[in-house]
Amino acid sequence: MKSIERLKSQPLTWIILVALALMLTLSFASPYFMTLGNMTNLMKQVSIVAILAAGQGIVIISGGIDLSVGSVLALSAVTIGWLIEAGVPSGLATIGGLAVGTLAGWINGMVITRGRIPPFIATLGMLGIARGVALVITNGVSYQVLDPLFLFIGNSKLAGLPIPLFFVIGVYAVICVMMHLTVLGRHVYAIGGDERVARLEGIPVDRQKVKIYMLCGFLSGVAAVVLVGRLAATPPSVAEGIELQAIAAVIIGGVSFAGGRGIVATALVGALIMAMITNGLNILGISSFYQQVLIGMVIIAAVWLDNLKSRSG
Amino acid sequence: MTEIIPLVEMHHISKHFGGLQALTDVHLDLYPGEVLGVLGHNGAGKSTLIKILAGAEMPNEGSIFVNGHEAHIGNPNDARDLGIETIYQELALCGNLSAPANLFMGRELQKWGFLRKRAMRDEADKALSRLNIRIKSLDAEVQSMSGGQRQSISIARAVHFDTKILIMDEPTAALGMEESKKVMDLIVELKKRGLGIIWISHDIHEVYNFTDRIAILNGGRNVITAGTREFSQDEIVSMIISGKAIERDAGGVAQ
Repeated sequence: MKSIERLKSQPLTWIILVALALMLTLSFASPYFMTLGNMTNLMKQVSIVAILAAGQGIVIISGGIDLSVGSVLALSAVTIGWLIEAGVPSGLATIGGLAVGTLAGWINGMVITRGRIPPFIATLGMLGIARGVALVITNGVSYQVLDPLFLFIGNSKLAGLPIPLFFVIGVYAVICVMMHLTVLGRHVYAIGGDERVARLEGIPVDRQKVKIYMLCGFLSGVAAVVLVGRLAATPPSVAEGIELQAIAAVIIGGVSFAGGRGIVATALVGALIMAMITNGLNILGISSFYQQVLIGMVIIAAVWLDNLKSRSG
Repeated sequence: MTEIIPLVEMHHISKHFGGLQALTDVHLDLYPGEVLGVLGHNGAGKSTLIKILAGAEMPNEGSIFVNGHEAHIGNPNDARDLGIETIYQELALCGNLSAPANLFMGRELQKWGFLRKRAMRDEADKALSRLNIRIKSLDAEVQSMSGGQRQSISIARAVHFDTKILIMDEPTAALGMEESKKVMDLIVELKKRGLGIIWISHDIHEVYNFTDRIAILNGGRNVITAGTREFSQDEIVSMIISGKAIERDAGGVAQ
């Protein structure tokens, strides 16, 4: 009985149940939903938002927000394309892309902690800056990336599963360990719970925050690697507005927007739920206009349910 | 009198926030095994003074000596390394974390950056039971506990790490009578162990019965520092309000 009680109090349990219910409903509604082809497609679709949502989840649990993930993703992607175009080996180009993402995150962190600029404003600034720099570098043109490494990432399968899925699994495995087993993870929760207390108790809040935003920037770079693989190109205007999807995935997952509460892994399920809604309604032939309405309602419902739960608990 | 080295000496401490002068040339000393009451009404500078000692604020001028050695306290960790712990007026716990997580906050037991959760849990369990503190679950969020339980966790945390100097800012303000008494008993015990305790309170009755010496501040300046029983409660109150020291010629020590 006690283990059932524990299971019930786990936020992950609830969100997985919701996702399963949705999956079941859609597979009854359309015979095409549960096919291997569609599932593979779904996994690919969800991978980029899911990776971004992992970084976003950490930032939101720490009490912040990062609006720049989409633009930083584009900048990282463009960097990769630009380096490959210049004849740099794909491995080094990948490292370059990841480094640029991490650097953007570092700048976010420094502006927030040293400049005392609220995260919303600082990362809103970076949203514009990173996108602008991506456009400047490329002069608005998309590079083609026909490198074997990226073709492999975008199109190959391992054990029957698309490669981007392994990126997602890898990212979430590392982040779960980081959040729940390491000192940094504990500090993320403490800072999100009460930043003033964390500071008084000697947590190096500013240093840890810089790390958090760097990690989020790095994950935007990882998402860029997957994106470049999938598109085989680096359009500088790619992934506009994707930051809102990442935030929505985190919120649908049940992470408290106030910080300090929630599990990053639920963001993965949140991203899946959104992708299933889009994918399922596409299969059912329902207009994409309705999809936006539905996802909007799901976001509000998720927070409303969460409020109900915390009030009754 | 034999020379006892004070645990803490603060000399010529001044602090201003922009144009606001919070402290002017303030002195404070604290000896082992005593409770020093710091008194003054709101805005007298008590909180600023102890925040400086705790490393939460930096003074603009002045020096601090701990055990006779000059100390530079730039942040809360510096203060902790010197054995200075603070219990704040507002319960300084993260409500979303468990008791062990709060107890070890900022100095988590770790190995290569990984938390040693079991070790922290066991040690927290021991620390709490040593002080006769009972909480329903070590895994429960601190937010779900009563004010007294949370204050107990704060105290357990403060005295757990080889503490020499304990600063208590209105430690009983949020507590009921019963819980306050428990805290007081705890303090008597800590005093016996030779800790120096700085006790900040508005409750003049509590201060009178409980402290060995008092330091009164007014408008960010020292009014008087003297043995508590050299004055009556009424005299102490009048010094807090007027900001003027009452001269003692006979019997007591002239200040």
